[in-house]
Amino acid sequence: MNERFLRIKRIVLGPRNREFSKKVEELSGETVNLCEQCGTCSGSCPMVGEMDITPSFMMRMVQLGEEEVLESKTFWICASCYTCSVRCPRGIDPAKVAEALRQIKLRAALDFLDISKITEEEAKTLPQIALVAALRKFTG
Amino acid sequence: MTRMPYYPGCTLKTKAQNYDLSTRAVFRELGVDLVELPRWNCCGAVFSLVTDDLLRQVAPITNLIRVQELQGTDSVDDPRLVVPCAMCFNVLKRANARMKDNPEDLKKINDFLYLESQPYRGEVQIIHTLELLKEISAKRIKEQVKFPLLGLKVSPYYGCNLLRPKDVAIDNPENPSILEGITEALGAKVVFNNRRLRCCGSYQTVSEKGLVADLVYDIIKGAARAGADLIITACPLCSFNLDWRQKEAMEAHSDHKLIPVIYYTELMALALGIGNGFGGEHFVDPQPLLQKFLEKEKGGI
Repeated sequence: MNERFLRIKRIVLGPRNREFSKKVEELSGETVNLCEQCGTCSGSCPMVGEMDITPSFMMRMVQLGEEEVLESKTFWICASCYTCSVRCPRGIDPAKVAEALRQIKLRAALDFLDISKITEEEAKTLPQIALVAALRKFTG
Repeated sequence: MTRMPYYPGCTLKTKAQNYDLSTRAVFRELGVDLVELPRWNCCGAVFSLVTDDLLRQVAPITNLIRVQELQGTDSVDDPRLVVPCAMCFNVLKRANARMKDNPEDLKKINDFLYLESQPYRGEVQIIHTLELLKEISAKRIKEQVKFPLLGLKVSPYYGCNLLRPKDVAIDNPENPSILEGITEALGAKVVFNNRRLRCCGSYQTVSEKGLVADLVYDIIKGAARAGADLIITACPLCSFNLDWRQKEAMEAHSDHKLIPVIYYTELMALALGIGNGFGGEHFVDPQPLLQKFLEKEKGGI
């Protein structure tokens, strides 16, 4: 009975999708398939209003191996506040998944932050940790 | 005097000197001499979250080797590393945990750092200044208070890096009370801001000023609604965002109420009678409020 139920529920991914999903899992160290789309991460995220897709939607896209997720700005808006990480009832860390997606972009030499756009005045007022953190998160 | 190793981090030496100076002064008053690590370097500010980036752990681990070197000399009594900056604390503690949990990673890092005087043994303990204050106890702090901050309404703000993820949290990640305990010990009134755990926007402040201003507007509104005179923080980046982004928040929202933001150590210094002059750049100047308060205190009203 149990086995039959599992067989009905299974979604079979194509090789390309499977590869992408696996890559994100390896980079993040998180078992993305554990996500059951409860939406706790999206409900807890302080940035969700600014995102184009919610964190739980991002998780779903990674589960399905949809590479289009890389065009979303959700993982760039994430500020790594770890609210989702402490609240996920499945023990997944969506912040790590977001970091994996950022890294995939950055390692393809696609920087998110253009340093030349930071004005001299801003650079003088911003605290050092803000600059170091932004450069680490947004440039490769 | 108990001497303990101390890691200030880059921001405490530059933009947040007031946090550094007030921390040292407060702990000296409480019998702890903070010994700055020799040759410390930047920890990296954010902990890298991917699995294949061992190289990014080199910076924090080098600092922990410095702690070992300091422990080897006769200049510290308590071997634990004291870190006041919330971001440095988060990075150092997580890098340390990764080394403790993965002996293989530790070996690789040590092989890479073969020019260091000694390998990292994975035994350094890291403690945040707030944890140390809790250890010193609210009772002891209360005894040292010279000017109780009676009537001052203080709203503690925690932010992210001290409480999340769970394994580095200095307190209950969903319901902390460590800053409240200190505020009460100083005689001030704690007001409850239900956004005290909400992210301030962190490093997004570099490229997404407007977004951070909106978050800050919301956080300050929570404090204002609770009737706060003052907000206290333990993180130089929270402090910057909550203070300086009030400028943009004020421009975007006509009902924004300006509230000054200071470090908890500055508030302690005030109550312990060590001083009020730690400098620091502010958008919302806390001095008028603090001066008024001090005069009232000294006048004995």
